[in-house]
Amino acid sequence: MSNPSSSSNELFGYVAEFESASHLYHAAEKIRDAGFRRWDVHTPYPVHGMDHAMGLGKSWLSAIVLGGGITGSLTALVMQFFTQVTLYPTVVQDKPTNLFTIPAFFPVTFELTILLSAFATVIGLFSLILLPRWNHPLFNSPLFAKSTNDGFLLVIEARDPKFKREKTKELLAEIGAGKIEEVNY
Amino acid sequence: MANLSKANAAVHPSEAEGVAREPLVLNHRSLGWITDRICGIVENRQPLIWWVLFVPSVCGFLCLLFSLVYLVSTGVGVWGMNHPVAWGWDIVNFVFWIGIGHAGTLISAILFLTRQKWRTSVNRASEAMTLIAVMCAGIFPGFHVGRFWMVWFLAPIPNSNGIWQNFKSPLLWDVFAVSTYFTVSVIFWYIGLIPDLATLRDRGKGLAKKLYGFFALGWRGGNRQWRHYEMAYLILAALSTPLVLSVHSVVSFDFATSVVPGWHTTIFPPYFVAGAIFGGFAMVLTLMLPVRKLYGLEDLITAKHIDNMAKIILLTGTIVGYAYIMELFISYYSANAFETDAFHMRILSGPYTWAYYAMFFCNVIAPQVFWFKWSRHNLWMVFIVVNFVNFGMWFERFVIIPTSLARDFLPGQWGYYSASWVEKLLFGGSFGMFMMLFLLFIRFLPVIAISEVKGVLPDSDPHYPDWKRLKEKRRVAAK
Repeated sequence: MSNPSSSSNELFGYVAEFESASHLYHAAEKIRDAGFRRWDVHTPYPVHGMDHAMGLGKSWLSAIVLGGGITGSLTALVMQFFTQVTLYPTVVQDKPTNLFTIPAFFPVTFELTILLSAFATVIGLFSLILLPRWNHPLFNSPLFAKSTNDGFLLVIEARDPKFKREKTKELLAEIGAGKIEEVNY
Repeated sequence: MANLSKANAAVHPSEAEGVAREPLVLNHRSLGWITDRICGIVENRQPLIWWVLFVPSVCGFLCLLFSLVYLVSTGVGVWGMNHPVAWGWDIVNFVFWIGIGHAGTLISAILFLTRQKWRTSVNRASEAMTLIAVMCAGIFPGFHVGRFWMVWFLAPIPNSNGIWQNFKSPLLWDVFAVSTYFTVSVIFWYIGLIPDLATLRDRGKGLAKKLYGFFALGWRGGNRQWRHYEMAYLILAALSTPLVLSVHSVVSFDFATSVVPGWHTTIFPPYFVAGAIFGGFAMVLTLMLPVRKLYGLEDLITAKHIDNMAKIILLTGTIVGYAYIMELFISYYSANAFETDAFHMRILSGPYTWAYYAMFFCNVIAPQVFWFKWSRHNLWMVFIVVNFVNFGMWFERFVIIPTSLARDFLPGQWGYYSASWVEKLLFGGSFGMFMMLFLLFIRFLPVIAISEVKGVLPDSDPHYPDWKRLKEKRRVAAK
């Protein structure tokens, strides 16, 4: 991606390529143990066990979804009771128009629970992974485009407190990186 | 113990002797090959046959538009329905299309939760099929209400008449179920597409790069994104699983909660769900067998995949057969004269017995051939049988809906229903729309979930021991 800002000299970080998922996995363990914080691995598919290798915990997206689900159930119940019992009681099929109408309200309650949980999943996911974001320094790297095809890449940002221009590069080479590319902002 | 762990280290569990499974991707294909092959379908010119299918599909779609304009401008009287059969082809087609959608969700959600890795080769196309089928389904009840422009009355919106919807009615449940199903399916499908759109973005040039890039939302495939992404995918699968079961259950409530003999049965929800999955898998195979052949995807959608789907068709077809027979038994065992009569007329003396036997043969007898392995591996055989199923599942809905209405309680109310040309054109047109949208999907989006297929290769496991040997095998295979 040709971007005029790529000509600036401020370093964003290093992109290092590894040979396979297995190599990247072990490299990630070493970077984790070296105490880096602002780094990531970029792979064409989610690599099983990588969260552990990177020292990341469980995703808490599920908590956001639970919130969405509860909102959905309550919305549906309030909507149905308010319109069916208070506002406009329709007497059909000899069904009651009071608290005991609840069995008839289950299907819509269920559907709205699912619907709002799904909305919460999407909104929660995008807020956690900070997307959409169409512009990112990594898109300046020609090597980076391989990560959506068959590249196994490790990226260390220059903002990391442990980052040292030369030493980090040496470390990457030491843990088995093939190509190492500097990426500028 | 030491020996044992050494033996384990040398051979990956998936390849160990005695437990080795057929690989999901044949011929030792590499990650790059998978990307090239699947993206190639989108990036290269379409084969002639694509156009040969696309042009008639568009014509079919125009027929659909014409029949709808004719219907709205003239009135619902142009359909063949009248007293006593007020639900005809329109509702038959609605249930038919919505049922087809269910296989897509089964593959994408239920098989995901049950860790069936073979689903990755077929889930994208099946989910697309789901969305398109639900769109086709939505047309029918939408226009069945008579005044299409009043459809917004189905939504609980305050209006000047002070009237509110009847939330105790299964028809309103259906509105919520189907619209939720469509929305959640779109979300699930799109979330699954994001990494693949990023692949197309990184390969593309010019406008294609911009457009795919826009919809890829700037996906970078970092593990800090993947871990939330995987959780989102799992949650959506967990939400879709009960959802898909609920949708066809609610569709069956439209019938089961009424008092019409032939409809008023408790077996309907599971029976409808099994039938939906059965019919949907038949449609998946109908679409995927030609796609696989045309675009050279035999290494990704293998004989094993087709074998598995044929087995699911056999299982669900047999469940459906059980439900048919159980319906007959319950009508006899209930000792209810109307029930017994309804089924007597359905299978022996009524005007529609031919439809019952067409249904029974196509849905119960024809799939039994899948007990034999040779039939599951003979693609022509599979194609013929699944088309029997497509046909039979339409007949199932026809047998349930109009034939029950044509013979209800009083002989004075009996009638005979056959569809008018407008209904036939509309149904044919909905197939045109279905094919048109599916062909456009093949043209513009990856038919196979690229990132998911890559994740089921043997070396996708970071603990795969012998990746060097695998690399060598790949080099040989590439030659």
